[in-house]
Amino acid sequence: MSNTEIFFTILGMAAVTQLCRCFFLLPKEDLPMPRWLQEGLRYAPIAALMAVVAPEIVMTQGHLIHTWRDARLFGAATGLAFYVWRQDLLTTIVTGTGVMLVLRFGLGW
Amino acid sequence: MSIGISAWGVVAGVAIAKGGISLPLAIMMSVLVSAGSSQLAALPLISSDAPMWVVWATVACVNLRFLVYSFQYRPYFAHLPRSRRVVLSYFMGDTIFGIFLRRYPEPKREPGQVDFFWGAAIINWGCWQAAVITGILAGHAIPQEWGIGFAGTMALLALTCSQLRNRSTWVAAGVAGCAAVAAYALPLRMNIVVAIAAAVAIGVLAHHARKPEAA
Repeated sequence: MSNTEIFFTILGMAAVTQLCRCFFLLPKEDLPMPRWLQEGLRYAPIAALMAVVAPEIVMTQGHLIHTWRDARLFGAATGLAFYVWRQDLLTTIVTGTGVMLVLRFGLGW
Repeated sequence: MSIGISAWGVVAGVAIAKGGISLPLAIMMSVLVSAGSSQLAALPLISSDAPMWVVWATVACVNLRFLVYSFQYRPYFAHLPRSRRVVLSYFMGDTIFGIFLRRYPEPKREPGQVDFFWGAAIINWGCWQAAVITGILAGHAIPQEWGIGFAGTMALLALTCSQLRNRSTWVAAGVAGCAAVAAYALPLRMNIVVAIAAAVAIGVLAHHARKPEAA
């Protein structure tokens, strides 16, 4: 994308985010929360995050990686293990990235 | 509380800086959007030339939780003028929501609520923005080859994990991941849209299959 396109993309992102934040505060009268929305709300955020993150970990240049010796796999596994253990965003990020860097620079994966 | 937010903000800022967009644009995004998870989700899409509407749709899905927050804030803030409500809502992050509802668990008006919200919101927003911008500046100083962009992927992974609440969300996440990889060849990063649609459908089905009385 060019910088102009990124600029407009960001404006749109800001608008979408703001709309979500004030949606039910906008109308004067109370709006009921529809049932389909409650159902979808439970799964849409995790689906969107997972859909972005999964290809970032197991794909390179649009192809599934075909070696298990990829620093990202071990970084992600370590991060996951730490999350299960400590339930903490920060240690997950730091340990996952740390393992990835050690493997990439230490072993050249 | 603010220390946790600041540390997480610095890491998010580094990840944003490594997402391949220029310094002024990165700072503008942080201030205007002011929502960490949706920015991190949008970056890989922006750098892989996804069309704008796919980026917006993804951001909207990640932000759907704010709809729930805005619904729950109604009893406290519905009496304010509309413009005030819109301004307040810009500051409604996950942390503020948690703090506010712990302080005022009863959904009714009480004196001091608006002041309490403003106090918490301004501290939270200030710490977050300062941390993200520090991270963005620091990130630009780190060479690209170090692969620190991976920190963004790890941050997204951790955010995804924090949403895993029960078995149906595990199923939905698994389906979304597989569908996004399997449909990767689709043009315009449509694999994201396919994955979200599949996961929401399967998640709702799994939920109803497990608890038929809730249908």
